[in-house]
Amino acid sequence: MSMNYESKLSETVKIVPPSAIRRFFDLANEMKGEVISLSIGEPDFVTPWNIREAGINSLVDGYTHYSPNAGYIESRKAITDYIKRRYGVDYNPQGECLVTVGGSEGLDLAARALINPGDEVIIVEPCFVAYKATVLFAHGVPKIISTKQENDFKLMPEELEEAITDKTKYLIMGFPSNPTGAVMTMKELEGIKEVLLRHPDVIVISDELYCELNYTGSNPASLACFEELRDRVIMINGFSKSYAMTGFRIGYVLGPKELIAPMTKIHQYCIMCSPSTSQFAIIEAASNGDEAIAEMREEYNHRRRVLMQGLKDAGLECFTPYGAFYAFPSIKGLGMSSEKFCEKFLMEKHVAIVPGNAFGECGEGHVRISYAASMNDIIEAMKRLDEFVKEIKEGKYDA
Amino acid sequence: MINRIELLRLVEKDAKLTSDRIAVMLDSTVEEVEAELKVLCDEKVILGTKTEINWEKTDLESVVAMIEVRITPVRNKGYNHIASFISKYEKVKACYLMSGGFDLMIIYEDKNLKDVSSFVSDRIAPLDGVLSTTTHFVLKKYKDNGILFEDSSNDDRQAIIL
Repeated sequence: MSMNYESKLSETVKIVPPSAIRRFFDLANEMKGEVISLSIGEPDFVTPWNIREAGINSLVDGYTHYSPNAGYIESRKAITDYIKRRYGVDYNPQGECLVTVGGSEGLDLAARALINPGDEVIIVEPCFVAYKATVLFAHGVPKIISTKQENDFKLMPEELEEAITDKTKYLIMGFPSNPTGAVMTMKELEGIKEVLLRHPDVIVISDELYCELNYTGSNPASLACFEELRDRVIMINGFSKSYAMTGFRIGYVLGPKELIAPMTKIHQYCIMCSPSTSQFAIIEAASNGDEAIAEMREEYNHRRRVLMQGLKDAGLECFTPYGAFYAFPSIKGLGMSSEKFCEKFLMEKHVAIVPGNAFGECGEGHVRISYAASMNDIIEAMKRLDEFVKEIKEGKYDA
Repeated sequence: MINRIELLRLVEKDAKLTSDRIAVMLDSTVEEVEAELKVLCDEKVILGTKTEINWEKTDLESVVAMIEVRITPVRNKGYNHIASFISKYEKVKACYLMSGGFDLMIIYEDKNLKDVSSFVSDRIAPLDGVLSTTTHFVLKKYKDNGILFEDSSNDDRQAIIL
């Protein structure tokens, strides 16, 4: 007699759906290789050679063992030096820095270290899909703030004020944003700071994986830069997006030692340590990667402008994104749901983009278009988008 | 205001980019781009445009040699006199003044070894001021002007990553 596996599963795991748009995923995966993919949330660049070489050399030199739980001190030092250089914030590599397996592990660690069952966590949507899932896995209660296109998908102070209750454990936000490309400047973060100062018990998880992909010309901005908030902010950061190192699975968390220590405890039992090879690679990345980042950023910026021109030509409304490598145009008014639009676009024009509702309900009516793709692919995809939108307006497709 | 260096990097990478496209990429106008390109050509910052070709994949026979030349500088003219003289040869693809154990590095391209040999012995070696030459032949090109000849990279990313 076969086991009823479903009955054995944790109720918590069961309530978290694999994805809101699973059917679309399956379809896109089946068509991989036949389509132009503007649906990929990772850089199309290969990791710069000097960084790869540093990883290779560590293997040649025999560094194939466990590292200290928090990461090699040299790796942590390289990270805190980089943060000081780019953000102007001091962290002690001993106790205030933990090297993780990508930014995603940091999100999970924060949730498990902080949440007691029933605690509320404020999530700023649309956002990276793991925010809500990690909160649910840790028995927290997500409280969603739906950012709005008229505010360029930035978090407004009054929205935060309204969402905070006496059960709020932390706020989680990610700027530059996946999926919208929105950034928040230090001036805009001032308003958020004022709200947080009125609620001294609320912690902030600040996901800054895309911090270097900012086209405003300014240094990365973070709530951690405010002296008054520095010890209430857990900065989650990494190398995946900025340095094109997704496959290395390496990131880090920074914050006060009182919060980093419990996260390190969970990390110690569940992961042991981050991959040693990747830790050596990031020493090179954090120390000698600024030029490579600048080159990639310039290239993304050119593509961003070409993509935005393409959206304008196709008549799709889109606020100007100044960060990450995404645009989040509106398809409201075309009479189709986000998922339907993406499915039809995929089937009819062989271009893959992602329905906005994959990133939260408020993403409905939008689509995420990634420009982590070649310029030729972006130009061709925009040509097909233009045709597609015209055909929708001519009534060629059912809603 | 166009960023000159950014514009130059763009056209260096892809000389076929149209002014329209460049204008979008640099958040500028076609008129501004064309005016700036004209200035850059007039000032001889932009010297020309070429296509990078892997001749090894064609039937054309050719050899590339790197010729190190030691010279005595000419009074009041330094190294420039001989260097500019050598540079006038069509088949001299590059000529650099170098630090170190020799003075000029010449990159020379011709049909075969014999032609290269004739060029060195008949044209370079007899020049007044030339003390010695050392010729190296290129056996295989892996990368030229920033372009990899055998690029094996492919897009192995998943179809959708959120």
